Amino acid sequence: MSEIVRVEHLKKYFPVQKSIFEQLFTRKKKFVRAVDDVTFSIKKGEIFTLAGESGCGKTTTGKLIVRLLKPTSGRIYFKEEDITQLKREKLRLLRRKMQVIFQDPYASLNPRMTIGKAVGHPLEIHGLAKGEEKKRKVLEVFQKVGLTPPQQFMNLFPHQLSGGQRQRVALGRSIILEPEFMVADEPVSMIDVSLRTTIIDLMLGFRKELGLTYLFVTHDLAVAKYISDRIAIMYLGRIVEMGSKESLFKNPLHPYTKALLSAIPVPEPKKKREAIELKGEVPSAINIPPGCRFSSRCPFKKDECTKTEPELVEAEKNHFVACYLS
Amino acid sequence: MPLLEVDSLAVDYRTGRGIVHAVNDVSFFLEKGETLGLAGESGSGKSTLGLSIIRLVPYPGVIGKGQIRIDGRDIVALPEHEMQTIRGRKVAYVFQDPMISLNPVKKIGGHFVELIRTHEPNVSKKEAFERGKTVLQNLGIQPERINDYPHQFSGGMRQRIMIGLAIALNPDLVIADEPTTALDVIVQAKILDLLESLRKTYQMALILISHDLSIILERCDKIIVMYAGHMVEYADATELHDRPAHPYTQKLLQSIPNVELSDQKLTAIPGSPPDMLNPPNGCRFWPRCSYAMEICRVKEPSLIGIGPNHLVRCFLYSEEGVQSE
Amino acid sequence: MEETKIKRSILARIVPGFASLVKKGPSGWMVIIGIIIVLAIVIMTGIGPWIAPYDPSASRVGGIRMPPNWQFPLGTNHLGQDVLSRILCGGSIMLQVSALSVLLCFAIGVPLGLFSSYVGGFVDSAFSLVIDAVYAFPGLVIAIAIAAMLGPGVVNMALSIAVVYIPSYFRIVRSQVLSIKELTYVEAARSVGAKWYTILSRYIFPNVIPSIVVVITINFADAILTAAGLTFIGLGVTYDIPDWGWDLTNGWKYLSSRAWWIITFPGLMIILLALGFTLIGEGLSELLNPKLQR
Repeated sequence: MSEIVRVEHLKKYFPVQKSIFEQLFTRKKKFVRAVDDVTFSIKKGEIFTLAGESGCGKTTTGKLIVRLLKPTSGRIYFKEEDITQLKREKLRLLRRKMQVIFQDPYASLNPRMTIGKAVGHPLEIHGLAKGEEKKRKVLEVFQKVGLTPPQQFMNLFPHQLSGGQRQRVALGRSIILEPEFMVADEPVSMIDVSLRTTIIDLMLGFRKELGLTYLFVTHDLAVAKYISDRIAIMYLGRIVEMGSKESLFKNPLHPYTKALLSAIPVPEPKKKREAIELKGEVPSAINIPPGCRFSSRCPFKKDECTKTEPELVEAEKNHFVACYLS
Repeated sequence: MPLLEVDSLAVDYRTGRGIVHAVNDVSFFLEKGETLGLAGESGSGKSTLGLSIIRLVPYPGVIGKGQIRIDGRDIVALPEHEMQTIRGRKVAYVFQDPMISLNPVKKIGGHFVELIRTHEPNVSKKEAFERGKTVLQNLGIQPERINDYPHQFSGGMRQRIMIGLAIALNPDLVIADEPTTALDVIVQAKILDLLESLRKTYQMALILISHDLSIILERCDKIIVMYAGHMVEYADATELHDRPAHPYTQKLLQSIPNVELSDQKLTAIPGSPPDMLNPPNGCRFWPRCSYAMEICRVKEPSLIGIGPNHLVRCFLYSEEGVQSE
Repeated sequence: MEETKIKRSILARIVPGFASLVKKGPSGWMVIIGIIIVLAIVIMTGIGPWIAPYDPSASRVGGIRMPPNWQFPLGTNHLGQDVLSRILCGGSIMLQVSALSVLLCFAIGVPLGLFSSYVGGFVDSAFSLVIDAVYAFPGLVIAIAIAAMLGPGVVNMALSIAVVYIPSYFRIVRSQVLSIKELTYVEAARSVGAKWYTILSRYIFPNVIPSIVVVITINFADAILTAAGLTFIGLGVTYDIPDWGWDLTNGWKYLSSRAWWIITFPGLMIILLALGFTLIGEGLSELLNPKLQR
């Protein structure tokens, strides 16, 4: 299967506002190292998940791939074409093929645009359809995402819809251009539990129907397990483990992955789980300690862990981990 | 006598656009040291229920009918100054968002001192301070940090401080409203473990309010499932998990991904939670229920016992329902 | 087909708008009363020439400085002109000047604010610096300075007033844009490939409008008072068109001779007009803000 997206040594550093004194007396620049040398590729048609806790850089990576942010260094490839430096017209053409669904259904729709106009707008921007043709396509999309009867929804404003409905609108807006690749940033975390499966099913349906490839970003590993083909666990800007869903969950290799998996609540009463205790808190992304960035909290820390940062190596077939213990 | 008894409680919000019956006919009891889970989605009324137990329902909410008895004493009509002796002391509340629940210009020590001295005016500032430090230690936070400001702590630590404030006076009942929603899964596990151990040490009863059925199932003795303001099912955790009776509970259980299972088939619940200004007639769940019968559309079912400590609000189990089919 | 749809939608928004305004309580009433006052004055000024009992510019229609009586309900001024007729027709300069200045302010301040804050960076800092400098000056002083430079006339008065209030529009628009710019739906628009002018015009601007509306009405009120002020010190229109501001200037001299009616009635009308706009503005700001909060 061919590769549709590849990133190589991707980095994104955000400059930190210095206090007045620091501005005057030091030349040192401080950065938040949100994404710190990330390399992976996504195969056409698969669902690749970036998982991790908040602040690990997964959302930033997603935004970098669709060029909503400019990378500090590294390369991004879409269908073998280097898109890292694309600008203007070429970038706009690219946007037709890559789309995003955002986390917050309340914030991702323009409160002053009817949803009919909002969903039709991408067609207008790219000059793909107008007037009656555009209206027809919008109604078609409404039907697809389950907003029925479609005619009724055309002139409604976002505040007249529920969270689940809004997310469907957002989904509709992103598929109307028939993209090839979609970044889904926590698409169901802010939706009621009873509606999550519906949205997820819709997304899976579009994979079949449109041949979509997904980059799924989430902190909810239970959902990740349900829908992903391959998962990469991120910690403090780096990938610490990556592999197929089966190998990752059956045989987690990195201590962080093991701790994460042991902490996930299981819907069974009084289940006695052995949660792996992690010391301390996630260190700040501005001052990352030398060596393995997880070492400060790792229960299995050895001497060599604090010296140099471990690289991602293939421990089993298609199962990569960045740790000296394996 | 149970620690907490709620009897046919009804809470309404009198808004400019109409009355929202946020909580309807809720009855349950809680013994000392037990954990009760309130599960439900947005609009289910679980938060309102929690707030009404401590009489902090925000305007324009009003407790309409029913009784809330703490140690046998009805607190619904209690004058405010007497209620203030109960709040914090007998019943404590942990709010949802730790980012905004602490006073940003007050040091942590100040929070503890204010709390302790409000309820125990004879305690000196120094003593209150020391007690605060002890609490922090029990929470796993370095006691010296009592002199820090809230913004110097991370979200997880702030939530722990909130919990610390709640248990500082050794209350009999702690109500935790979505205590882990804003937190990551590892911190979440730590906080829930902390609540559990504190509960055991101090013999506190806990009401855990959450939309995450997984945490509720894992950590609670008894569970109430709320939907659109109604208590639709009430059972022990194991009973609810093994024999869910209400169609909503059943569907809900089938729609949660379980990280320990492979090849799960999750089912979706059609439709969406109702508009609380205009809920459906009859049983509020009928538009989304695959078992909906004629009677469900016109009449509201009442709570029926279907097993030891197992109540459900559904015509599938009542004679009326069975008869009409 | 499209045309009738547009007409219907505007009307549909105005008429039910009134009904819902009443429901909103005291702030709704403020808006309605303000609108009634302003509309009444506009209509009165419009039909003034036809309903005035005497030609407002004709002098000696009655005695000089006659107190209010049956023939001249509001009395006559020092030139023997009927005060009532002058009141009925005297609002036109005020209204023209304030309307023109608001239009200018809006046309310059809003696009400048949109553009500057969207682009950000050095451009934004530069513009903000200049605008803040203008803003720091007391309004009347600038208006006087510019009016003195440009000379009399409706357009010049409007210009001098406009300069004073452009910073207000700029600042409000800028603060709104800075926060809206970061919102997810703007990011979504970018991710779909929208060009910057589309984002500004269809995503950012419509969400900025509520805050501008309030500024517009307050601007009107201020413009009226400033126009009166300019005329009062002699920098307004000088030709013989009935004007409340002009009457103020002249009436002032005669206060001491107990001819209070000459200055009082024009003064009252100016206050009333400014009040009307202020009520609309205050009411709207209360209506729009709590709604945003909730």
